[in-house]
Amino acid sequence: MELIKSILASQVGFSVVFAFVLVNIIMLVVTYCIYWERKISAWIQDRHGPNRVGPAGLIQPFADGLKFFLKEDWIPPYSDKALFVMAPVLMFILALIGFAIIPWAGPVRWPWMPEGTSIDTQVASIDIGILYFLAVGGLTVYAIVLGAWASKSKFPFYGGIRGTAQVLSYEIPLGLGLFVIILGNGSLRLEEILGAQARMWQLGDASIWPAWNFFLHPVTFLLVLVTAFAETNRLPFDLAEAEQELVGGYHTEYSALKFGAFYLAEYANMITMSAVLAVLFFGGWHLPGVNGDSASIGWALVRFVIIWAKIILFLFFYMWIRWTLPRFRYDQLMHLAWLTLVPLGLLLLTWTAVLTLIGRQNTWLAPAGEIGIFALLVLVGALRAAPITGRQRDLPAARIVQFD
Amino acid sequence: MADWKDKDVLHVSEPKLTALERTYLPQVVAGLGTTLRHMFQKKFTLQYPEEKRQMRVQNYRGIHRLNRDDQGRVACVACFMCPSICPAQCIYIVAGESPWPDREKYPVKFEIDELRCIFCGMCEEVCPVDAIELTSEYGLLGYTREEMLFDKEKLLKLFDLTKGYKPRKGPKITGYPKPTDQRGTSTHEGL
Repeated sequence: MELIKSILASQVGFSVVFAFVLVNIIMLVVTYCIYWERKISAWIQDRHGPNRVGPAGLIQPFADGLKFFLKEDWIPPYSDKALFVMAPVLMFILALIGFAIIPWAGPVRWPWMPEGTSIDTQVASIDIGILYFLAVGGLTVYAIVLGAWASKSKFPFYGGIRGTAQVLSYEIPLGLGLFVIILGNGSLRLEEILGAQARMWQLGDASIWPAWNFFLHPVTFLLVLVTAFAETNRLPFDLAEAEQELVGGYHTEYSALKFGAFYLAEYANMITMSAVLAVLFFGGWHLPGVNGDSASIGWALVRFVIIWAKIILFLFFYMWIRWTLPRFRYDQLMHLAWLTLVPLGLLLLTWTAVLTLIGRQNTWLAPAGEIGIFALLVLVGALRAAPITGRQRDLPAARIVQFD
Repeated sequence: MADWKDKDVLHVSEPKLTALERTYLPQVVAGLGTTLRHMFQKKFTLQYPEEKRQMRVQNYRGIHRLNRDDQGRVACVACFMCPSICPAQCIYIVAGESPWPDREKYPVKFEIDELRCIFCGMCEEVCPVDAIELTSEYGLLGYTREEMLFDKEKLLKLFDLTKGYKPRKGPKITGYPKPTDQRGTSTHEGL
């Protein structure tokens, strides 16, 4: 008992225990993500969704999981077996280490700890915070490419190539968007970025509005949100999977638990991405009225619930978007990344850099400038007025029927 | 495809978009609104075993029944019209001398192989005493082939279960159970 207490009271021991607890929470949420994905898709299509297994179908994800165990685990004889087995494992590991940098609930003090001391509810508080997240997110595509290459089959191969180009392209606007936040806050540590947001803007004596980065950098949020969808390979950017075109894309040849690993990793990546978005733009565990300094267990729990509520809202948005928007065509995808998002990110970064130089990065100038940049790009787009799809650039001018 | 010419291709021009529409955002928001509205709309799905679709045609040809006359006896007189006309040859009758004075023969055995039956309804049309009829029941289920071989008792019991309405005869099927209160009253489950 004393041993457990001392382990929980030390930062390293607590981090190990917390990591174990978090992996289990995330796997449970992933399981129910699959359930809610099916439910939400059904509701949007005027259906009921799974409702037979258990009350309201709540045991359905476990039945789905059991099914993965019972399926034949087929390794194609022509495949590169070592890489074929490694790819889903790599994907799964990468999906489960991304959350280590998330500051979940601020400081906590156990009753048996001395007064005034506290430990952080964070698995790893590292100096390179966001860079770690970018590195892990960038490695995910490696698992996709490995799986696609090792399958030695044309559809996974197409999926792998598409996935590589897509993730590499969208890393750039994602990085630019994150740099805006890093510049504005002067820190790579997520807990410091969060701490700067966990307050209210004052107007005289009255606190009026939470100082979340979303209100400071609305256009940056839009940019990061779009790239987040692309980074997690979700619709409308799931070109690596594209089940209508490429059978199953990079996991066409996978079955049973290996497919399950890819499937679960997709949702685990979504959770990590949602958590990062919540921390970077929506103040993580902060809500107006929440005590961020108190280290009592009660407040820590409240903060933990709040950040999970925000994550779940993001997950819902992910699914909502998925069943609303159709997939981008490949050239449209590249067009969007290189001709729209990268210039937008560069302009936003320049604007934030200028504001940081004159020390005004946390004033109303930041959102005003961002909206101005957005309006400027809209204007440029209107003046250029090239066809959005670009499909007809090379077509003969004759016999074009006007669409109206 | 031999006559296919280049001038046969119609190139449709793209619609002109406004400046804001070129950012995709208004359309995305509008699309999200559409899907959100659908999330709360009435669902089209029927929860089948509990809910059943309202019978929409009155002359639906489902499982057969063997009628009883007003004294509760089997109405069939074993005239062999139905096995003769049956294109699927799924009706098997063994006739015997009738124990009742008003007819000469009655069916000792009357079997319909529901797996062979094509539900054409000719047995019903040809029957001189309206003894065989096709009900509107479609819940024709079974685990074995033997189970799907309906004998006289089963067909008579189907009549008892569907006594309330007269298939194909009246202008309207009356007394047909509402879809909502049909839980567990499928004729097949009643057998």
